[in-house]
This record gives sequence, C-alpha cells and structure tokens, in this order.
Amino acid sequence: MYPEYMRPSLEKVAQTRNKRFELEKSGKPVFPPMNAEEREEVLNKFHPDYKPAARRKIRIGPNKDEHITTEVADMLESHSRIKPEFFDLTKPDYETDILIIGGGGAGCAAAILAMQKGAKSIISTKLRLGDANSMMSQGGMQAAVTAQDSPTRHYLDAMGGGHFDNKPDLVRALTEDGPEVVKWLEDLGVVWDKLEDGSLQVLHGGGTSRKRMHSCRDYTGAIIMRTLMDKVRNHPDKITCLEFMPIVELLLDSKGQCAGGVLYNLETEEYFTVKAKATIIATGGYGRLHIRGFDTTNHYGATGDGLVMAYRAGAKLLYMDSVQYHPTGSVFPEQIAGFLITEKIRGAGGQPLNKHGELFVFPREPRDVESSAFIRECLEKNNGIETPSGRLGVWLDSPLIEMIQGEGYINKQFPAMHRQFIRYGIDITKESMLVYPSLHYQNGGIEINDKCETNIPGLYVAGEATGGAHGRNRLMGNSVLDYNVFGRRAGIFASDYIKSVKISALTLNHITDYDDELKKAKIKTDLITPVLLPSYTPEDVRKRQLTACYEGTLR
Amino acid sequence: MATQKTAKKKPVKQAKSKSPKNDTKKTMATVFIMGKSHEVPADATIMGAIEYAGYQIIRGAGCREGFCGACATVYRMPGDYKIYTGLACTTLVEDGMWLSQLPAIPAQKPVYDIDKLDPNVATFQKIYPEVFRCVSCNSCTKACPQDLEVMDYINAAMRGDIEAVMDLSFDCLSCGLCAIRCPSEIVQYNVGLLGRRLYGKYLSKESKQLKKRIKEVKERKFDKEYKEFKTMKKEELKKNYYDRDTE
Ligand SMILES: Cc1cc2nc3c(=O)[nH]c(=O)nc-3n(C[C@H](O)[C@H](O)[C@H](O)COP(=O)(O)OP(=O)(O)OC[C@H]3O[C@@H](n4cnc5c(N)ncnc54)[C@H](O)[C@@H]3O)c2cc1C
Ligand code: SF4
Ligand code: SF4
Ligand code: FES
Repeated sequence: MYPEYMRPSLEKVAQTRNKRFELEKSGKPVFPPMNAEEREEVLNKFHPDYKPAARRKIRIGPNKDEHITTEVADMLESHSRIKPEFFDLTKPDYETDILIIGGGGAGCAAAILAMQKGAKSIISTKLRLGDANSMMSQGGMQAAVTAQDSPTRHYLDAMGGGHFDNKPDLVRALTEDGPEVVKWLEDLGVVWDKLEDGSLQVLHGGGTSRKRMHSCRDYTGAIIMRTLMDKVRNHPDKITCLEFMPIVELLLDSKGQCAGGVLYNLETEEYFTVKAKATIIATGGYGRLHIRGFDTTNHYGATGDGLVMAYRAGAKLLYMDSVQYHPTGSVFPEQIAGFLITEKIRGAGGQPLNKHGELFVFPREPRDVESSAFIRECLEKNNGIETPSGRLGVWLDSPLIEMIQGEGYINKQFPAMHRQFIRYGIDITKESMLVYPSLHYQNGGIEINDKCETNIPGLYVAGEATGGAHGRNRLMGNSVLDYNVFGRRAGIFASDYIKSVKISALTLNHITDYDDELKKAKIKTDLITPVLLPSYTPEDVRKRQLTACYEGTLR
Repeated sequence: MATQKTAKKKPVKQAKSKSPKNDTKKTMATVFIMGKSHEVPADATIMGAIEYAGYQIIRGAGCREGFCGACATVYRMPGDYKIYTGLACTTLVEDGMWLSQLPAIPAQKPVYDIDKLDPNVATFQKIYPEVFRCVSCNSCTKACPQDLEVMDYINAAMRGDIEAVMDLSFDCLSCGLCAIRCPSEIVQYNVGLLGRRLYGKYLSKESKQLKKRIKEVKERKFDKEYKEFKTMKKEELKKNYYDRDTE
C-alpha cells in the first residue's frame, strides 16, 4: 500500500491517463525519441558509468593500464583462495572431456550440445543447478522470425543499441542463430506464447525496430531454464552435475592450454581437482558486487567469479568499463527494492511518468539512455517521488496497459509481477509501480570469437560472462538469446576441439605468477577472490564475529 | 582479516536525503530461527531476517526474487497449531514466528527421453504412477506459495489433460513445499514440468513462419546484407540505424 503522502501524485497519474491513452492510440511515439546528440548528452551527464570514480586503471594482468569499472578492478587485483603447493596435480580427483563452470542457461545448453556430440561433461555450479540469472528473466528472448523482420535488421538494432562497439561476428552469430534457437527450445518442450493460428506472439523491447520479443508469459527464464535442466538431468550417463561445488581457479597445462579447474565444496570445505580436455566458463554476471552501491536484480551467486579466474589464467577482458543499469528496478516497497520490473511492461504500453503524472522520455529508448533519463528526472529536475526510506523513483503506469491491451491482460501476461506487488497491497492493474535504475547486467566480459574461443587454447566462454556481443549496452531479450546461441556454440566447438587435443602436465603456476605480479606492482590488498557469495551480515554483528576468518565460506 | 571486501559492502540507498514522512525508530519483531530467538526488523522478509541475525546462507537462497524455489520455509505462529509454508525471499516475518528453511527436498527425478514419449495419460502412468494415488486432500494446494491449484493439475494429469497440466502449473517454482505435504508421496512439480514439456513439444501449434525463416537462414539468404553491414563504415552504419523505420 502506498503511503498517504504519495496519493496526490498518484491522482495526477490517473488524471493524465486518458490523454496518454489517446496519444498511444494515435500510433505515433508518445514522446519524441532522442537523436544521437541528445542520447550522448544524457549519458554523459547522468549514467553512473560516466562518473569519474566509476572507473580506474587496472595495474596488472592482460588488460593492464586499461580503465575499467572500479569494483571490477578491485576484484581482479586480489589474491587466490588457494595455495598451489597444496595440490598434487599428478592425481586429479575427477577427469572428464569438458568441464563446464556454471549451471545456468549457457552451461546447460553447452552440456546438452556436447552430450549430443558424444562428449562427457561435468557441470560445476555454485548453488543448485538453475539457481542463476537465467531462471529470472521475465521479459523474453529476441529472435527475428516475423515476415516484416529479418536477422540483419536485428543485427542493426543490436549494433545501434551497443553504440556500434559490438564485435560484428558475434552479433551476426547471435542474430542469425536466433530463429533456430526458438525452434530448438520448442522441440525441447518450451511453451512459447502463441496466437490462435500457431504463430509466435511477439512484442517490442527497448531499442527494437520490429516486434521480436518471444515470451512464456512472464516466466520466460523459468520455463526455459527448467526445460534445459530437465534435459540435462535426463542424461546422467553423460553429464555429471556437482551442486554447491563452485570452481575457484582454472588449471592450465605445461603448454598453456586450459585443462580443468579446482573445485571447492561449499559445505564440507574440501578442494578437489578436475582434469578436462576443454573448459567452458558459463558463470554469468556480477550484480552481487553492488557496483556504485546500487541494488541489483541478479541472483545470489552473481559475483563475477569467471572473470577473475580467467584473468589470472591470462584471458583478455573486453568492455569491462561498462555496466548495465536496468531502468525499471522496483523501489517500493522496501522489501523488493532492486527487483526487476520487466521491460515487457513498457513493451505492452506502460509509460514512465514523473511526480506530476507527465511523460518525460520515450518509453523504449535503449536501456542506458532510458536509465539516464530517469536519473536526470529525479536528480536534476527534482521530479522524482521519494519513498519513506529515502529512495527516489518515477512512476511506471501499468493500469494504462489494461486500457490498451484489454482488461485481464496483466493477470494473464504478468502473473509474476502481479503477485510480487499484491503481497504488499499494491494492485498494479489499478495503481502504477515506483521504479528507479537497478544494477542488472555485465555488458563486458571475457573476450571470445564466434566459436566461443578465448586467447587461451581449450578455454571457452559463453553467456553473460563474455564480452563483445552487446558492445557497451545490451538490448533487452538479447541475453536470453545470447546464452542459448553461445552456450550451444561452446558445446559444439569444445566437443570438436577435444577430439585432437593432448593435455600435458597440469600446473597452477599462473596463480603464483599472478601473485608475484601483485607484489611487483606494489598492490596491497587482503581481498581474496572469487567472491563466491555476497554477505549481508550487519556491521555490528560482523564486529562480534571475532574469528572473522571463520565467517562465511572462507576458512 | 577483512576478506571479500567488495561484496561485503551493504547496498547503500541511492538517495541521500532524509525521508519526507519517516519515523526513524525501526520497529522490531522477535522471530525464532530454527528455535533460536532473534530481534529483527518487523518489516523484513524471512531471508532478510536470517541475514540480519548473522547467518551466511549457503543453501536456501537463489534468485532472491521468487523465481527459483530455493528458499522453501516452514513456520508456525504462537498459539496456532497450523504449519505454514512460504518462500523466505518474499514472505514477511511476523512477531513470534518460529521458522526453519528446508535446505533440500528429497525427490529423485525419473530419467526419460522426451523424444520417445507420447503426449497422453499413459506417459504419466509410466513415469509417475504414484500420481494415481492422489486422495484429493488438497494439502498441496494449501501449501503452495504461488497460490497454484496444485491438486487440480495433478488431477488433470490423471485425466491426461496435458494442456491443463501446462496451464495450471505454469508458474510453479519447484520449491517442493507441496511434495513434503503430500500424503501420497507425489512430487507434483516434476509432474507439472513433464506436462509442460509434453505440451510445448507435441501439442503447441506449429508456426509456419518460423519454419520458413529457418529455411531462409539455412539457404544463406541474409549473407549479402550481413557482409554489407560488416564492411560498412561506422558513420554509414549509424545512418542506417537512425534512419530505420519502426513497426
Ligand atoms: C531478473 C533478471 C531478469 C532478466 N530478464 C531478461 C530478459 O527478459 N531477457 C533477456 O534477454 N535477458 C534477461 N536477463 C539477463 C539474462 O537472464 C542473463 O544475462 C542470462 O540468463 C545469463 O545466462 P548465463 O547462463 O550466462 O548466466 P547465469 O544464468 O547467471 O548462470 C551462471 C551460473 O554460474 C554459477 N556460478 C557462478 N560462479 C560460479 C563458480 N565460481 N563456479 C561454478 N558456478 C558458478 C551461478 O551460480 C549460476 O548458476 C535478466 C536477468 C535478470 C537477473
Ligand atoms: S506447485 Fe509445489 S513446487 Fe510448485 S510452487 Fe507450488 S508448492 Fe512449490
Ligand atoms: S497433497 Fe497429494 S494427495 Fe493431496 S491432493 Fe495434493 S497430490 Fe493429491
Ligand atoms: S530465493 Fe528464489 S524463490 Fe526465493
């Protein structure tokens, strides 16, 4: 229930609704979209990435001297959890064809394709299989299927959204594989939203010039992820899942090829070694690093582990200076602060409004532009609405959707969202939601080519952990597509690669070397990574946890 | 030894200004986490309360937003004989609540190949014969934190009405709370998942346009345009982008 003092503002929203409905019906943009200069201006002034403290120079490793996101630089300039001398690498505890790190969408897709090509794999994952960002996507997946659309048009939209920094080959793979992925998922049993005649239901997303967002109500990620997991679990002979067993470092061999990793059992706190002919990193994003202090939409295990493991082993990162803030994170009630409000709400006609109930931005600008415009409206124009705990937000007018799409639409298409709010006495078919940008997506990552190969032979990366496909700003629906396209590709190309590779003596020398580099650069830090899990223990409690080294999963 | 520094930073609020209508004193509630008493903010979620009390969750948190079902929790209230169920990430604490998270639900999953199944009642009979032991007690429905009609989708499986299984179980999180309450030992969420997969694969009407598009891609219809875009100067690509029409 909204507090009384917000009522006048909510009434203004209701008063302007009919007029805005007429505007929407006219078929013209409800607010003029920004041109290139306007976009640049709002980004420069208001996007959190463009603040001076947001980036700093990284002092060691393959991207040395580049300016990257400060929190990422801190994470990379850190010590390993393990001491190489404790491991007898001549006797690996596990052996397999392909080690897949991360049991989210990309990891499962890779395992399925590898299995179909005859390769055995181990999926190491930090929480349960499917406890991942992939489980959470609500909005949907882009793919150019309709007659008025084409994969090349999808390419153009993605390039523009990414400010033309995207790697063209990756965007081509992404957009050209799209239709095939829709079919592949349906054949596995994904229930796509369809029209009576069997054609796929599509909606707009931010920055798309054609309707190409495919969905499964607003449980898109959950439906896809559970389908992939079920497929994985139906092949225990080929795919071994190790849950609550994250990888904490990669193993190399004496020729510099990637040859597996070091496992950590979160519960018994034992370490194990896995020898593999090829390794696929599919560890997803880093929202739980709470960059710039922002709330996040990400799952509990999104701590950027893959980045630091790969970096220590010598893999190059790309576009690690850019962070995606989703324009519509929830800010009220407090208990769901940071939760994602899917972009599909705007795709279906929901409009962002200031405290006067006025439109102030085109509802479907690319995400970074839209987010910056929200921040400008709140901080510069003072047109935001303040919550009891001091957060700022703008309205996202959902009742309008029922007028545009017909009564009952929200309950049918956005059951998760409706449920989320009704718990707190807010009926989004009748009242708007209060939103502000939330830390959402790791735009950059480990650099790959269109075969998911990195600069380290035998190391493949897929999904949110990669960099390049989305340039410096991903468009909605392109990352569900991304983890499917590149997850599949990683599975295929890694299976081909293992047919001829010979692994020589295993080594962890890169860990020792990296620590030497830290010393040489005179970097003093007591940070140990990968982070694995964030801690939300209050300060005063932590002070009483005197044996702090016993805290959490770190001993 | 301050480790894991980056992540330990508590999320800070984005707006610094004091709230307009805020009473600064936090109201607290007493909860019993696995029997141990803790003072926690009265408006906290169960998950928030567990962390506020100083626990580092390993099992029991996944998405933290009501999608993954990792955080199944059972609790009782003082003076009330009933056992309640909820998701730790979205259920608010109440004063006097006695709660425990369920770290895992024992439930083996039968192995099958979806390509070799038929979308009919015999498939449920073969893979989940226990479904037919349902005594229609409705305990599953009462336990479901998503308010799904769980018993109804189990009954639909018994009739072989796969569309209804799909529709009624669509929002299922596999949290397992129904399964631990079921006197007939049915693992409802796995039944729902099988129903959805059968529907998506066999019963959902085919999209002709999708088939056509896949064929076009295979025949490399878009090759030429891709190559043009790739070799285009950035300025020209930009012009193409800003000039494109919108549906
Ligand atoms: C709330 C939300 C909504 C979204 N909605 C959309 C949408 O509508 N459309 C869209 O296109 N995209 C959306 N996205 C983005 C998209 O879902 C993700 O980018 C994508 O799912 C990433 O897939 P992934 O497989 O790369 O990573 P994930 O699915 O996050 O999987 C990574 C897995 O690796 C595990 N892991 C991490 N570290 C380790 C380690 N050290 N060892 C072993 N395992 C590890 C993680 O726990 C996790 O299980 C959304 C994201 C969120 C958070
Ligand atoms: S049906 Fe069962 S597993 Fe699914 S959400 Fe409801 S209680 Fe949880
Ligand atoms: S709890 Fe079990 S027996 Fe009771 S209605 Fe549900 S499925 Fe049937
Ligand atoms: S943590 Fe995922 S549903 Fe609660």
